[in-house]
Amino acid sequence: MATPVRTRPWRLLSALLVVLVGFSVWAFFPGTDSSIRLGLDLQGGTQVILVPKPVVEGAVITDDQLAQTVEILRQRVDGLGVAESEVTTAGSGADAAIVVSVPGLNQDRVVELVQQTALLDFRPVWSVFGPTSTTPTDADGAPIEGAVSATDVEVPVQATENSVEFQTEVAALDCLNPTNYSGGTPDNPEQWLGTCDQNGFSKYSLQPAFIKGTNVTDAQAQLPQGGVGWIVSLEFDTEGAGALATASTDLSALPECGTGASPCNAFAIVLDGVVVSAPRFNEPILGGQASIEGDFTAQEARDLANVLKYGALPVTLEPVDVTTISPTVGQDQLSAGLIAGGVGLLLVMVYLLFYYRVLGVVAGLSLVVAGGLLYVVFIVLSKTIGLTLTLAGIAGAIVAIGITADSFIVYFERIRDEIRDGRSLRQACDTGWIRARRTLLAADFVSILAAAVLYLLSVGSVRGFAFVLGLTTVIDVLVAFWFTHPLVVLLGRSNFMQRGSRWTGLDPERLGGVSLADAMAGQSRRKRREGSA
Amino acid sequence: MSKLGSLGQRMYRGEISFDFVGRRKTWYTISAIILLVSIGTLVFRGLNLGIEFKGGADFSLPNATCTVESARGVAETESGGQAIVTVTGSGTVRVQTETLTPNESSILAGALADACGIAKDDIKYQVVGPTWGAEISKKALQGLGVFILLVTLFLTIYFEWRMAVAALVALAHDLLITIGIYALIGLEVTPATVIGVLTILGYSLYDTVVVFDKVKENTRGITGQSILTYDDAANLAVNQTLVRSINTSVVALLPVLSIIVVGALILGAGTLLDLAVALAIGMAAGTYSSIFVATPVLAQLKSATPEMKALATRVRARRTQIAKKTGADSVDGGDVVFSDSLSRSVEAGERSQPKRVSRSKRKRK
Repeated sequence: MATPVRTRPWRLLSALLVVLVGFSVWAFFPGTDSSIRLGLDLQGGTQVILVPKPVVEGAVITDDQLAQTVEILRQRVDGLGVAESEVTTAGSGADAAIVVSVPGLNQDRVVELVQQTALLDFRPVWSVFGPTSTTPTDADGAPIEGAVSATDVEVPVQATENSVEFQTEVAALDCLNPTNYSGGTPDNPEQWLGTCDQNGFSKYSLQPAFIKGTNVTDAQAQLPQGGVGWIVSLEFDTEGAGALATASTDLSALPECGTGASPCNAFAIVLDGVVVSAPRFNEPILGGQASIEGDFTAQEARDLANVLKYGALPVTLEPVDVTTISPTVGQDQLSAGLIAGGVGLLLVMVYLLFYYRVLGVVAGLSLVVAGGLLYVVFIVLSKTIGLTLTLAGIAGAIVAIGITADSFIVYFERIRDEIRDGRSLRQACDTGWIRARRTLLAADFVSILAAAVLYLLSVGSVRGFAFVLGLTTVIDVLVAFWFTHPLVVLLGRSNFMQRGSRWTGLDPERLGGVSLADAMAGQSRRKRREGSA
Repeated sequence: MSKLGSLGQRMYRGEISFDFVGRRKTWYTISAIILLVSIGTLVFRGLNLGIEFKGGADFSLPNATCTVESARGVAETESGGQAIVTVTGSGTVRVQTETLTPNESSILAGALADACGIAKDDIKYQVVGPTWGAEISKKALQGLGVFILLVTLFLTIYFEWRMAVAALVALAHDLLITIGIYALIGLEVTPATVIGVLTILGYSLYDTVVVFDKVKENTRGITGQSILTYDDAANLAVNQTLVRSINTSVVALLPVLSIIVVGALILGAGTLLDLAVALAIGMAAGTYSSIFVATPVLAQLKSATPEMKALATRVRARRTQIAKKTGADSVDGGDVVFSDSLSRSVEAGERSQPKRVSRSKRKRK
């Protein structure tokens, strides 16, 4: 054909097929989870929005402090053992907010949990054990009736003195169980503590704390000149330095830990109830400056330094928004959203079919393809970046039905304009597209801009809505370019459409094949008639 | 073909033409009245802000068996302040109090559950601190500012600054009307409402861009002829995109209305309903403004430029000349010249159909 545009419909359709099949395979790949993650408002649960405030009035919260706070909160929330719990941040500096979401029904527990300030303390080690739970047995090896078993132990194990009861509980503590070594429950520094290290490798019996986290003034990961590996250097305030001098003098004289001796010469750094690190005292430390040596990687050293520096959080967390949604309400919201979406989609399809006939079928198919694409892309994003579907997201998708359908309407109206201008159907499908395309891109760009700004500058549900709106706009462009347009071009070349019929929605007779010039001529003629009358 | 289709055809040809641009004073007056009412209610009545903005606690008790009075009694005793109790939708009792600590709200939820014979876990509740709402509002306003800046930039580059100004006037118009209706009816403003209003931003501009794109197309090279003034060309564009505007509004409103109906039937008040109501109002206003506000404002701005003023003078002169020179019979002669120069001026493409078609039309007569 000698038209300036040469559309290759099959090529475009195959491009879409590749995208659709590609995402489908990714979404439904066997052995992976191919469900859409639901937000709290749809599956029920508790969401707490916290605003961090500096302890010292007027101080600025750094990004490091914020990241450390989130990390500690995440550890605590993970400690609840609820799948799909989330801790996210929005904004930074004075505008920062932390959003904690826990599915399920632990509202009271969640609030209590996140409001505690992280507790860091230094404790002399009494003794170190293997991670397994040991239950006292009788002569035959059977557990003694009434004895403490692993399930009876509440972490962290605490007691005012190193009593027999405390010792049996520590023995029964199972450090292979992740719940017991993930931390999250701050310990009382005044009491004895039986706990695990953060990897579940060993178990400690610890004396009351000799230094608190607030005594640490600075901690740095360093690579000393001539040294072999990374170290973490520490500085203490006067109180801490004094306590350190006394403790290190006493402890360094004791036997090695791990040889069964108790007490032994190590101290444990305990964060939120679990042992982060348990270095040994090589010599008395008198200057208030210490360094921890070990086989640290750069990352490990930096992490430990951060724990030491921010462990006792320099921020207080103020819960500004606590929302609890029951699972039944969530289920209702989900089904209402889906029903509303289904009904809306159906109504739009009926309307388009009524108005555009065969083209309406194309539009309906395009909407179905767009919906299918949205579904698989959503699953993939759930998998990869943990995108969750919220009620606001569903609303975004429903609103997008209208905007997506509008792309088709703009295109169809352009084709009709071209036919009215006297072009053949074949030409009209192509030239109409060139003009519609420009309008579509401009209008969709504004839509994406709105979605992006909303996403970047908002918190919570607005974000979910903006994300879905942006996503559907991109899908809209994709479907219009790679599905609707080629399909219309193919239709335009078919015999059915060429013959012309009232069912095509593009019948030149009915549309009136006249030019823009004639259009204006009609108006001016009328005007002139009015003028002369 | 449906009636709308043939209406579209006749509007495209200019047989039926609504004078959207010329009668701008009428539209401006209508809009001005609506806007005055909006601003008036906004100032004197104010918005009914939800607890997310002013702080407070909100409990939803589905299938509650207690009376409003007993629920209020429990809530006021436990919270030590005033409580607003309402029944929404299918027997859900809603209790709102002043802001509580998380602990207090948990205790109150338990007390309400006992009093109303439902499980505590079925209660949906939300507690918002008083400063948080201010933060949300600040963020929304920030977003609005950034968005308007970016959109102005885009429209200025893609179209021209006058179109950007006209689009923003229409946008402000839509937002004010939506907010005004909220104030008038006293609907509660929630974060979902804010989402809805922010979406209207995108939608209103999207709608305007489609119409302006046609205006831009119709007015390309307009100064090279003396048949159409800018007003005429802009008005033609609105008429030509009118069918699309109607269809788009219907298609956009159908899902939104289905949310409102389904939301109201199944859920009662909630995120979906709040969002949909804001959208329905905003979309209706958006369609109205892209036709009756944006394009007339644009035409007015544009007609004030020296080139367009000169064009308008030329067009007037030519029309008087034709009217003087020709009798009623020689209208066709005028038309031929008209179509030739116009097809050149709007670059409608090379073809000879116009003449042929107009001849066939004459035969039909």
